Amino acid sequence: MSEDAIIAENLTKIFNGNLVAVDHVSFSVRRGEIFGLLGPNGAGKTTTINILTTVLKPTEGRAFIMGYDVVKHASTVRRLIGVVPQEYTADEDLTGYENIILCGDLYGIPRDISKKRAIELLGLMELTKFKDKKVETYSGGMRRRLELACGLINRPRILFLDEPTLGLDVQTRSAIWSYIKKLKDEYSITILMTTHYMEEADSLCNRIAIIDHGKIMVTGTPEELKNSVGSDIMVIVIKEREDVTDLIDRVDYVKEVRKKEDGTYIVRLEEGEVAAPIIIEHLRQRGYHVMKLSISKPTLDEVFLTYTGRAMRDSEESEEAVMSRRIMLRRARR
Amino acid sequence: MISHEYEELDVRRMFQGLWGLTSRELKKWMKEPIILFLAIVQPIMWMILFGKSMNLGSIFSSTNLNSINIPEIMVPGDLLNPPISGVVNIPGYVISSSLRNLLEVIGAKAMESVFGVSDYFSYLAVGMVSMITIFTSTFTGMSIVWDRRLGFLYKVLSTPVPRSAIILSKVLNAAIRSIFQSTIILGLAVLLGVKFSSTFSLLNLLSIYLAIFLFSTGLSSLFLAFALRSTRHETQMAIVNLFTMPLMFTSNAFFPVSMMPNWLQAIAIVNPVSYMTDIVRQLTIYQTDLTTLFTDLAYLGLFAISLSTLGIILAWKYLVK
Ligand SMILES: Nc1ncnc2c1ncn2[C@@H]1O[C@H](COP(=O)(O)OP(=O)(O)OP(=O)(O)O)[C@@H](O)[C@H]1O
Ligand SMILES: [Mg+2]
Repeated sequence: MSEDAIIAENLTKIFNGNLVAVDHVSFSVRRGEIFGLLGPNGAGKTTTINILTTVLKPTEGRAFIMGYDVVKHASTVRRLIGVVPQEYTADEDLTGYENIILCGDLYGIPRDISKKRAIELLGLMELTKFKDKKVETYSGGMRRRLELACGLINRPRILFLDEPTLGLDVQTRSAIWSYIKKLKDEYSITILMTTHYMEEADSLCNRIAIIDHGKIMVTGTPEELKNSVGSDIMVIVIKEREDVTDLIDRVDYVKEVRKKEDGTYIVRLEEGEVAAPIIIEHLRQRGYHVMKLSISKPTLDEVFLTYTGRAMRDSEESEEAVMSRRIMLRRARR
Repeated sequence: MISHEYEELDVRRMFQGLWGLTSRELKKWMKEPIILFLAIVQPIMWMILFGKSMNLGSIFSSTNLNSINIPEIMVPGDLLNPPISGVVNIPGYVISSSLRNLLEVIGAKAMESVFGVSDYFSYLAVGMVSMITIFTSTFTGMSIVWDRRLGFLYKVLSTPVPRSAIILSKVLNAAIRSIFQSTIILGLAVLLGVKFSSTFSLLNLLSIYLAIFLFSTGLSSLFLAFALRSTRHETQMAIVNLFTMPLMFTSNAFFPVSMMPNWLQAIAIVNPVSYMTDIVRQLTIYQTDLTTLFTDLAYLGLFAISLSTLGIILAWKYLVK
């Protein structure tokens, strides 16, 4: 068995003979990792997930889940994965509890087990109070948590989360993320998620792939990606009055040093954390004392800008526009 | 490595998935009684308004002759038995009264030989079982379109439930609904004056259920096959509207096949609606003819098996784009 939980090799999906939604996408996700697909609307994130979850067939390329081919061994793959789709897919006319039990039936989990798990999951998602209410009456956040509960009923080895926090308020978002982290720690599942909240991707994902127009532009840990685009910014204040610009400049990692009017030094450098102790030591040996030091990193926004040539925010519509477009799209698709 | 063929053979999983999906549909149905009402209202209208107004039997009623004045007739005496001499005058009222009696007898015979029963209402009313089954079965195609639109289908497709169970759950749901609704229709027909033959028994009712099950299975598989990849319910709606009434009119549901022009007969003879309707009539208002009954059932069985097989094969192939 391979070490990687997910392997995509040149995945390509062409809709209606001419729309290239996913274009020779290759990546791999290690076991136990949270892997993020980051990209603007229409980048091909959902299509990629749909191929990996066997809901769409790739036009070209192959993909493996725990070593099983998603086309040839589709039903084995389906048993290993849990899916939380981008759209709300629960049946509105059924209650939350009925929906989870239905998911259990779809996985062929014996009823006595699925009933126990359903209660447990509803508790975890803080939906116990609403379990016998029709989903119709649920709020967006409650629906999202219900979808999560459904996606976890079969204790998946790999969980696919397609924009799990889209359109939710900050509190609900952080609640959902704390569930996801808890799950990851408790069941040690591998997670592939998509999002277009940069901060989320940054703080949650072990590794990220940036996808645009169906192509993967770059893959790496958030740190690697940020480092790859350029330098950290370090702000230093020293006790002494003398100008140490040249001294700092001599340290290996440093690219540029500037002294501001108020006496602080602005240093552009690589791998700030590594360089910081070196700079401090370097100055101390020459009799200078660092009073304050702070390092700030470039954000994923800058990474995105570098690799796609435009800012994520520019390529984004407002959230309501996204939601309504999505509903229209769903209606129009054939 | 677990082979995927093993998966499809896993019978318990198959049935659990099938039952889960079917009970989902049934739960939705039971939570909305209005759906049931809307479904049966049309056949009931046909039954009451059409069945009662098309009172074909009354064409032969003697009261229709009251206005006709029959003149006195002279009959030569040697034609009589025993012959007498001279001429006998028979008054008109004697003639008209015996003609009336004759007409009633002929009328009843004609109705019997054309419709199998002496009143058209009975003939039509029990045939409405076919209509409700057609409505319910053709509409299942729509539900798969909705499932696709609302994303529910995508979730189901990402689970290991066999693709065939997705189709079969809809088929099963249509059959169960049709049976339930047909029971209401038959009960109502009895209340409105349909007389079941003396041989009617519980076994007859169960046989009708079997026929409905087969007919509904075939028909819903066909319409589900149309809907497998569709995302527009308008298209489905159009297909349903296009098919239902012609299916009824090209069968024996309203009028006996034997009285139709040849080209219509040719259609009616292959139309499964004819077989379905005949089974209901055989088992309720007619004296059951076992040979006909078994032929009808065999035809519906074939219809059900071939179309559901087709539906399942197409589902395997085309449910995933
Ligand atoms: N079933 C389909 N038929 C035709 N085109 C499709 C279909 N599904 C997706 N597409 C197209 O493929 C492209 C990629 O869509 P996809 O849903 O994968 O994007 P995404 O990255 O998930 O975007 P979003 O952030 O809006 O969810 C889009 O141009 C979309 O219109
Ligand atoms: Mg998407």
